[in-house]
Amino acid sequence: MNLAIIKYNAGNIQSVLNALERLGAPAIVTDDAGLLRAADKVIFPGVGEASTAMESLRASGLDAVLATLRQPVLGICVGMQLLCRHSEENDTAGLGIIPIDVKKFPSGRAGLKVPQVGWNTIRDLCSPLFAGVAEESYVYNVHSYYAEDSIYTIARCNYLVDYAAAIQKDNFYGVQFHSEKSAETGDRILQNFLAI
Amino acid sequence: MLAKRIIPCLDIKDGRTVKGTHFVNLRDAGDPVELAAEYARQGADELVFLDITATVEKRKTLAELVLRVAKAINIPFTVGGGIRSAEDVALLLQSGADKVSINTAAYDNPQLISDVARMAGSQCVVLAIDTRQEADGEWYVYLHGGRTRTHTRCADWARKAADLGAGEILLTSMNHDGTKAGFALDITRELSDTLPIPVIASGGGGTMAHFADAFLEGHADAALAASVFHFKEIAIPTLKDFLANRGIPMRR
Repeated sequence: MNLAIIKYNAGNIQSVLNALERLGAPAIVTDDAGLLRAADKVIFPGVGEASTAMESLRASGLDAVLATLRQPVLGICVGMQLLCRHSEENDTAGLGIIPIDVKKFPSGRAGLKVPQVGWNTIRDLCSPLFAGVAEESYVYNVHSYYAEDSIYTIARCNYLVDYAAAIQKDNFYGVQFHSEKSAETGDRILQNFLAI
Repeated sequence: MLAKRIIPCLDIKDGRTVKGTHFVNLRDAGDPVELAAEYARQGADELVFLDITATVEKRKTLAELVLRVAKAINIPFTVGGGIRSAEDVALLLQSGADKVSINTAAYDNPQLISDVARMAGSQCVVLAIDTRQEADGEWYVYLHGGRTRTHTRCADWARKAADLGAGEILLTSMNHDGTKAGFALDITRELSDTLPIPVIASGGGGTMAHFADAFLEGHADAALAASVFHFKEIAIPTLKDFLANRGIPMRR
């Protein structure tokens, strides 16, 4: 399989690459539009701040490339958030591929801190992405912003609010959690993506 | 529900684990990568690698080790010890560390916290504080692995660090570290209740009940220990069952 990771200023590219190598699925890391279009699957990673990440995509023209990809694309964390229409993080316009908004967690209720850091459970799993993954499985999260629940939700999580732990529209998939750091559950989800 | 985290800490010297010789099932218990993989398999939620050599010439060794760990394990890990600059941080993050733990260097130059937070995000900045309760009842910040006393109150420094962009606080009580008599519940609780960021309790964990206390009374978001795990006095799956039975959310 021809697997490509989008190269831009995301912090977890090496982690995603490592996870795929452990699964026996070596990937290339590239910002070349031709190579991305030719890939069987594309992973769009992301760690950091939304507006900086979006600027980096625009500067290299990758925003336009991403929107026209036809093969399965998986956005991870900020990658997922940028697939959406808008993020409250520094009032950032996203790619708008999935027409939902990304909001900030309401701060400090019920002794829950923002950002959410750690392992939380996902439920209402309804996608081949979660084949073989049990309801209430734990995945690793680090984030202050969340995608709102919508008809595009394919997994839910609760932290302060019910939000979309994963989303899908057409060939675009996104997970808020770090599948590359979510132990066996994360490995399974990545394997499922590779099998889509 | 967000789970409370159990974090084994591995002390590293010259690229080798200092403790951990009681893992008879490992081919090489001195190999941090093997030990890390074993902890991940047992259900550790994260790992912390603390480089206690941390001399300049050994830094490359540490980065090489981080590369190997990152390829081997599928859970998040933090690397600390001897980090002085944003360049040191960048090298460790590029090598695959998820977070870095900064202690004395951040105290000497608080801007390091905001620099790293801006460069790589607050989520990767773990501010480590060594603290000791003095005769006046106050908790003070200590530096250089506990050798240097400051007149700064622990809570003040933790608040400032959080404001500067630290993503988590790793709080080690020097009064409790090594005693196996339990975590410092009062200062852990004070920080956890007043700071907007997670607090990792460290120092003093000796029994499973101590971990329960850290979460239920200390309000810690995570608990870190070294020797009780290395010497197999507490097995992680048993500990997680014990804590879950007390109503503490655990990933199992």
